[in-house]
Amino acid sequence: MHIPDGYLSPQTYVPFYAFIIPYLGIAARKVSKFIKSRYVPLLALGAAFSFVIMMFNVPIPGGTTGHAVGAVIVAIILGPWAASIAVSIALIVQALLFGDGGITAIGANCFNMGVVIPFVGYYIYKLISGSSEITSPRRWVAGAIGGYVGINVAAVIAGIEFGIQPLIAKAPDGHPLYSPYPLSVAVPAMALEHLMVFGIVEALVTALIIIYLQKSDKTLLTIYGGAR
Amino acid sequence: MSNGNSTMKKMLLGLVVLALLSPVGVILPDMFKAGSAWGEWGPDEIGKMVGYVPQGMKKLADLWQAPMPDYSFKGWEEKGLCMQSLAYVISAVVGMGIISAITLLFGKIMNKKE
Repeated sequence: MHIPDGYLSPQTYVPFYAFIIPYLGIAARKVSKFIKSRYVPLLALGAAFSFVIMMFNVPIPGGTTGHAVGAVIVAIILGPWAASIAVSIALIVQALLFGDGGITAIGANCFNMGVVIPFVGYYIYKLISGSSEITSPRRWVAGAIGGYVGINVAAVIAGIEFGIQPLIAKAPDGHPLYSPYPLSVAVPAMALEHLMVFGIVEALVTALIIIYLQKSDKTLLTIYGGAR
Repeated sequence: MSNGNSTMKKMLLGLVVLALLSPVGVILPDMFKAGSAWGEWGPDEIGKMVGYVPQGMKKLADLWQAPMPDYSFKGWEEKGLCMQSLAYVISAVVGMGIISAITLLFGKIMNKKE
């Protein structure tokens, strides 16, 4: 889901930059209010975790690869705003240092993976886990579904970003200037591979860490939102 | 957080283990002949797939020269899976180090502002 340079037209990537810069400013303010200094190391661990889990490329035999983002588990532990900060730091370093994701696409990539995944995932987790005990299986089921849906919504949105390019930027000869695939190709391609494979990977990552924390340190599951 | 510190230590250890295991992320795709992620093809690949390289893409694609492209080193593309794996582990460690440092710095700045 790391959109490279050259796939998005300026008409697309400039508005995403215009959104993400003030958004991250707001997120930073929200986070500083409750994270306090003692949770900063945990935020650093979350950012590093998101970065390294994205390196685990899972193959579709003979096809493409994809990976989990780890955004939903960070959102469940530290909240969606903090997850936005953690995942965005990981994405910016990936773009600048490793060329994974374009520098023009940083705004769009931070929106897809750093805003959509944690917010969708977290609120689904919250909705499903409800007022259940912190050690309840309902919690990890909720996390798995949150992870699965979160990454799939982001995949569809990324598919739309790819797919609108031939509509908005054409060369004089009629060829698309940027990403050449239409909506009818990009959206199903992004959706299907995430529905069938990569969504399950994000679900597993989220659920396994919740199960581990339920057994080893359940206080970590009560930091954000003060779950009972 | 009663046992918070021991959990942090375990998590740190978990990250080290993940860094050491990260070559799975290059070896598995190689074994199963899987290529790039959807929409992450280079201009050459796009050219082969659709018959031409979009003009705007040609201009923007090489805008940025990353110091460690694709979690490897320049000129290591032909070095084989073993060296790719080594480069991958180094990338994981370097990336996590820089990301943690930036996050900790961010935390310091935010706390000073309060």
